[in-house]
Amino acid sequence: MTDPALQMTGVRKVYGSGDQEVVALDCDELTIAEDEIVALVGPSGSGKTTLCSIAGGLLQATEGTVEVGGRDITELSASELTDFRRTAVGFVFQTVNLVPFLTARENLLVVDELGGRRSRNGAKAKERADQLLDELGLTDRAGNLSSELSGGQRQRVAIGRALMNDPALVLFDEPTSALDSKLGDQVVKLIRDEMKSRGTAAIIVTHDDRITHYADRTVHIEDGRITD
Amino acid sequence: MKLALRELRRRPGRFLAATAVLTVLAVLLMFLGGLLDGLLAGATGAYRAQPADAIVYSTNARESLVRSRIEAPIRDAVEGVDGVAEVGGLGSIQLGARPGSDPDARELISTALLGYEMAPRGLPDEPPGEGQVIADTTLKADDIEVGDTLLLGPARTEVEVVGFVEDTNYAGQTALWASLDTWRSVTEANRPDRVFADDAVAALVVRIDGDASSITEAIDEATEGATDTLTLDAAIEALPGVSQQRSTFNQIIGVTTVIALVVVGLFFALITVERTALYGILKAIGGSSRTLFGGVLLQAVLLALIASALATAAAVALASVIPPGTLPFVVTGQRILTSVVLMVVAAMVGCAFSLRRVLRIDPAAAIGTAS
Repeated sequence: MTDPALQMTGVRKVYGSGDQEVVALDCDELTIAEDEIVALVGPSGSGKTTLCSIAGGLLQATEGTVEVGGRDITELSASELTDFRRTAVGFVFQTVNLVPFLTARENLLVVDELGGRRSRNGAKAKERADQLLDELGLTDRAGNLSSELSGGQRQRVAIGRALMNDPALVLFDEPTSALDSKLGDQVVKLIRDEMKSRGTAAIIVTHDDRITHYADRTVHIEDGRITD
Repeated sequence: MKLALRELRRRPGRFLAATAVLTVLAVLLMFLGGLLDGLLAGATGAYRAQPADAIVYSTNARESLVRSRIEAPIRDAVEGVDGVAEVGGLGSIQLGARPGSDPDARELISTALLGYEMAPRGLPDEPPGEGQVIADTTLKADDIEVGDTLLLGPARTEVEVVGFVEDTNYAGQTALWASLDTWRSVTEANRPDRVFADDAVAALVVRIDGDASSITEAIDEATEGATDTLTLDAAIEALPGVSQQRSTFNQIIGVTTVIALVVVGLFFALITVERTALYGILKAIGGSSRTLFGGVLLQAVLLALIASALATAAAVALASVIPPGTLPFVVTGQRILTSVVLMVVAAMVGCAFSLRRVLRIDPAAAIGTAS
């Protein structure tokens, strides 16, 4: 049996102490299978971002254990977490946030370049970037700067960047919030197709109920607790 | 690193203002340095050209060639010191000169007539004949050529220029190198109060075999305190105005470097603030603070190097258009290298102020924010 993409057990994130203590996340159990797409839904301040940040190694939990792709990241140091993020998870942020002075292809390669000497062989990285651009239908836009791409193309480049390191888990932070409904729909379909075709797990943080139709499962979160 | 280089290449406009200011500062650094070198060259050339390790003045001269006088017994004592390999007499007199072709010229050329025994760099071992001098090349700025005559001092003693030598001026005055006999006769004619006997000189230049500092002390002991012996470097530093000029210019150069540091510091602090969101994203996808700051550092160093290259070109161009003997401006490889190092160090220290800001950027902020 293969390891789940994400296994969170007894994870709590607490800010402050004593009377000032604020529990941002209190998650008894969350397991995401290796090719599962989960929509994480909840109101603002419910703990969606905290959960995603902990799952992606951006934040460390106060208590509990977090395993991504079978690797326990609970006790990793800051620099080990940096390496973990570069090699084991993918992120797609709310406003895409491509590096504006890089081309679509270079935006994919930046993941590899950030690793410096620890990166994979440059030729292999280029091969991987070209393959992803081809699969995302962006081959003819590979040399364009992000300002020369449409919103949908930028989102596809961001998805390509998230997939560059063959991640066990990709975290999407409200990927449709900046897009109109038609484009948003296309992007969510694209996300589903890309994740399913690779067997990669994904958590999609969203306020948008339409996204839940494309997810394998919807997880609701409120006041830091998973409600179903 | 590639990221930083690509930003420089693709967005040169955003670095233009900082590069322009740094270029102006680098030009200023090189110009100030060139002026200092020019002034020092004009003040110290006669000593730097000496094939010697030490200079012996009389004690009452207070380390000045103009006031010094060494008589024959003292010279004998110096020559007898262990470690003294060779001794040569040196004489000097500073006089206004008129071109022989214009004996009534109202504007005098400031000259220093120097008599020598041990040939300084570029001069023949055998000094020029009686009444002849080899002049520093700066005299050419006064339209003097080989074969022309000069009338020295109030006595208008005539000497003939028989050659030129480079970079040998003394105390900012054009050096005229002559035999000790010529120097004595010119001195006798123009400064009757400072006549030298045939075996007396103003100072001695000494070549030393061994440890210079201990042998200079031994010389002063051998002459029972009648002499004040300085190593050549110390004697150069003791020349009138040299240390003052050096310290004044170095202070201005220091302030200019600090300004460059502040410019780089402010520029990269602003750029880092502007890049906070981008750095958050890059950290989130696996960029370390070290990698990101390395990029900032690389950009700062490259800006400093570009500014330095432009300033070097400007300094070399300036040096080539300044007529010799007008402005004391000299461009040397060492000065350019020093200025470039100062600029690069200022850039590195300046952008280090952004390090804390880069370290403080929280990658978790990349998630859950709309921009």
